[in-house]
Amino acid sequence: MKLTKRIFMGAVGAALLATTPMQALADGWKPRKPIDFVIMAGPGGGADQIARFVQSVAEKKDLTNRPLVPNNKGGGSGAEALIHVSNANDPDHTILVTLNSFFTTPLRQSNLGIDVQKFTPVAMMGVDPFVLWVHKDSGITTIDEYVETVREMGGEYVMGGTGAGQEDSIVIAYMSEAYGLDIKYIPYDGGGAVAKDLAGQQIMASVNNPAEAKGFYAAGDFVPLLAFSDERMPAYPDVPTIKEQGHDFSYYNQRAVVGAPGMSDEAAAYYQDVFTQIYESDEWQGYLESESLSPLWMNADEQRDYWALQVENHKKLLAALGE
Amino acid sequence: MRVGELVTAGILALLSLYLMWKSTELPIGYIAGQGPGGGAWPFWLSGIMLVCCGCIAFNWWRGSSPASQSDEPVLDSYGWRTLLLVGGGIIGFVALVSVISMYGAIAVFLFYYVWFLGRHGLALSLAISLISPIALFFFFEGAMQITMPSGLPFTDPVFNILYDIIY
Amino acid sequence: MEVLSLLADGMLLSLQPLNLAMILIGVTVGLFIGAMPGLGSVNGVAILLPVTFLVPPGSAIIFLAAIYYGAMYGGAVSSVTLGIPGASTAVATTFDGRPLARQGRASLALVTAALASFVGGTVANVLFTLFAPVLASAALSFGPPEVFALMLLAFATFVGLGGDDIPKTIFSICFGLVLGAIGFDQISGAPRLVLFDYNGFLQGIGFLVLAIGVYGIGEMLWTIEQSRGEIESTTPKMTIKGITADTKEAAKRGWRGTMIGSFLGFFVGVLPAAGATPGSLMSYGVTKMLSRNPEEFGKGSPDGVAAPEAANNSASTGSMLPMLTLGIPGSPTTAILLGGMVIWGLVPGPRLFVDEQEFVWGLIGSFYISNAAALLINLAFIPLFIWMLRMPFTILAPMIFVLSIAGGYAATRDMFDIWLMVVFGLGAFFLRKFDYPLAPAVLAIVLGPIAEPTLRQSLLLSSGDPSIFFTRPVAGPITVVALILIFLPALKVLRRRVGRKSKKPA
Repeated sequence: MKLTKRIFMGAVGAALLATTPMQALADGWKPRKPIDFVIMAGPGGGADQIARFVQSVAEKKDLTNRPLVPNNKGGGSGAEALIHVSNANDPDHTILVTLNSFFTTPLRQSNLGIDVQKFTPVAMMGVDPFVLWVHKDSGITTIDEYVETVREMGGEYVMGGTGAGQEDSIVIAYMSEAYGLDIKYIPYDGGGAVAKDLAGQQIMASVNNPAEAKGFYAAGDFVPLLAFSDERMPAYPDVPTIKEQGHDFSYYNQRAVVGAPGMSDEAAAYYQDVFTQIYESDEWQGYLESESLSPLWMNADEQRDYWALQVENHKKLLAALGE
Repeated sequence: MRVGELVTAGILALLSLYLMWKSTELPIGYIAGQGPGGGAWPFWLSGIMLVCCGCIAFNWWRGSSPASQSDEPVLDSYGWRTLLLVGGGIIGFVALVSVISMYGAIAVFLFYYVWFLGRHGLALSLAISLISPIALFFFFEGAMQITMPSGLPFTDPVFNILYDIIY
Repeated sequence: MEVLSLLADGMLLSLQPLNLAMILIGVTVGLFIGAMPGLGSVNGVAILLPVTFLVPPGSAIIFLAAIYYGAMYGGAVSSVTLGIPGASTAVATTFDGRPLARQGRASLALVTAALASFVGGTVANVLFTLFAPVLASAALSFGPPEVFALMLLAFATFVGLGGDDIPKTIFSICFGLVLGAIGFDQISGAPRLVLFDYNGFLQGIGFLVLAIGVYGIGEMLWTIEQSRGEIESTTPKMTIKGITADTKEAAKRGWRGTMIGSFLGFFVGVLPAAGATPGSLMSYGVTKMLSRNPEEFGKGSPDGVAAPEAANNSASTGSMLPMLTLGIPGSPTTAILLGGMVIWGLVPGPRLFVDEQEFVWGLIGSFYISNAAALLINLAFIPLFIWMLRMPFTILAPMIFVLSIAGGYAATRDMFDIWLMVVFGLGAFFLRKFDYPLAPAVLAIVLGPIAEPTLRQSLLLSSGDPSIFFTRPVAGPITVVALILIFLPALKVLRRRVGRKSKKPA
């Protein structure tokens, strides 16, 4: 026992000595610790899926010398993640996968004291459009029939979506306003639960992202009626956009990676390089296509401008919601 | 025990009141056409908690619960000593995590407990308190890829070496 | 018959050398991950997902399924040996597992848990194989009112679980429910109960924070204080003879719980959102209700270990069903598996069962094999777990504290939660002294966040009319049964009181 312990201690000591000089030899900035890869949503949602996909690509291509460690912080509609990243004591090793609650949560909870412009732009991986879906048993096949049905139901038409003040409710609120509809809105805790209850006809329609609904679409259960994208989507060429219908509106969920506030320029450059490689990989391009995400590549400055624009847009949208 | 039972119920009643008061930040009533408001669920449940505290006090007055009949002290000198040494040790452990890293704190806590409280031999105590954190490091960081707090920056050189070993 | 031949192909696929190696490694890794307090199949599956890029998709999913099974078996190990439920599904296992371990019969508890898990997993696999499509459509008919009714039913089984002190039990239930409401109100999207306006509370309080605080710290402190430092390890050495005897006893005294748990667990687990926790809890309650000696429960009944363990294994298999047939995750772990399927280029959804038969049946085949492998590997490791229990208490206790704090951090990655855990631990120590039952609070913090939103969603659906819980064809009967079960004990108590009073004057 004593002997083995001594040998063990010796071995550890030797290991410590042997590896010390290896430090500080690296060219340029490289992470020294595992990278805290914070996800602004719980496990299983769209953002989580993307984060894990990105992590897998990084792993497969061996792009980082320290692993990206996924860290789900979905509490408080993303507030948990924003606070965690803002207070990170090591901003060079903390990055965040965002969705639109990156804009809405700081607006709705000003007491958090989060200013999104303090975050460091890394990469815009794509934007996720929204589509209006109904169940095939409803018999509705066009947006006109839909509008007619909702008006006939007079306030009894039930739609589901994510929590109040989040993406789905914004889209549905805009649509109701534009078409003069009175819709009963049931908040769920995630897009997956919404799709499930539409499949079970507990609700009558939803505005799921294509990634969440395409399994049911492929099986013929869901019928897409209207896209909230700028142009018709390649996967759904027959579905009209709301712009064609004469309403100047489009809405996407951003799938972007940002660095913690106060990240050094060298570290930011490192992550920008890594995520550019991921973005350009065949895997990611294939994912964009199969999940119907739209590419929207931007450099760092463009990303900041985009954030400013989105904050302004969301201020208006949330005001219209009465928030 | 007898006094303790009532004091505990009193503290819990105050806690219930605080929770009820805090719940009123959101509507606690039944909104017509929508069901209960956002604060209703915690408000009324805290209300039930308050009523329960009342019942506990009533049982105390009747002397029907075992604790309300006992004249034993809640904690005798041995109890206080245990609570102070073990509970205090845990608090110290958690406080140390932010200073000398999770693994450093584990080593200190294990040594404190095994050697000082457990009165085991020095060799065994040292062995346990050094091997465990190292084994846990390889388990958490190496196998599970979970990063534990590394404490204040002065621990960085050690961790950089360890990370070089495992990645 | 086509199903059977596909299944046989699937099993043969799992027995190929590479896949079999995957299963053995996966189960062993899963067993230890599950046995760590704070870690569960979610961690195992999430961490090893990228690893699966190195092997073909078929082998990858087999590997993940093996981890999933291993972790389920491991959950019971933590409940019995450390006394800390590593996952909310294993809380009910502690009710009888811990008393058994205290009596020096940890090996009986572990053997019972392993056998029950095996039977539960097997029953679930067979049901899965035969009825998957039917059950999938049944799962879809469960909307918010049905899920809420089911939660009511789970609460009904609580009533029998607490101590003798009714106000303290009710206090504990409500306290758990209120703790579960902290953080964010899903329906209105507003922050709620952010105690002392401290931002740390915005993220809510997780099950593990409370469970590790109560069991890993509070209960441990209580044991140390109560035993006056004179804990003698009563756990006998493991012998082959001992294991055989335990197996026989487990079969004899645990079969009833195993059967109830296997079936009940599966049907609850199939429902997305409900999951394995209410399944294991309800199985425990039902087994106790139907048992010939209900007074044994909570004091070390093998049936009380078998029921929740059979149920949580069965339910976890059941929760794969909505994932495979509908592409809907039934639990965080299946959510991550679902992500894995996307990465491997499969399209989850109703078409998967038709378009990717080879994949689906390969996976189901691997469930059977993984389950059998998990049983054998678990039994083989029981002597190791028993050896741990034989360590002097002054070494085991600090180890449990360390595992609690480190495991708790691994689960939440937040020092604030660790402090909260310590606060709960110290609070639980005092409440334990005054006979407050805390298991109801630990379970309520899991069920509350399912019950409250579904209650409010249902009332939104019905424009505030509570009759929705009675008029829907599935929700109605469940609600009625639940209400009867909730008020039955209250009626009994009243009757007994009245009876006693009328006798007293005489």
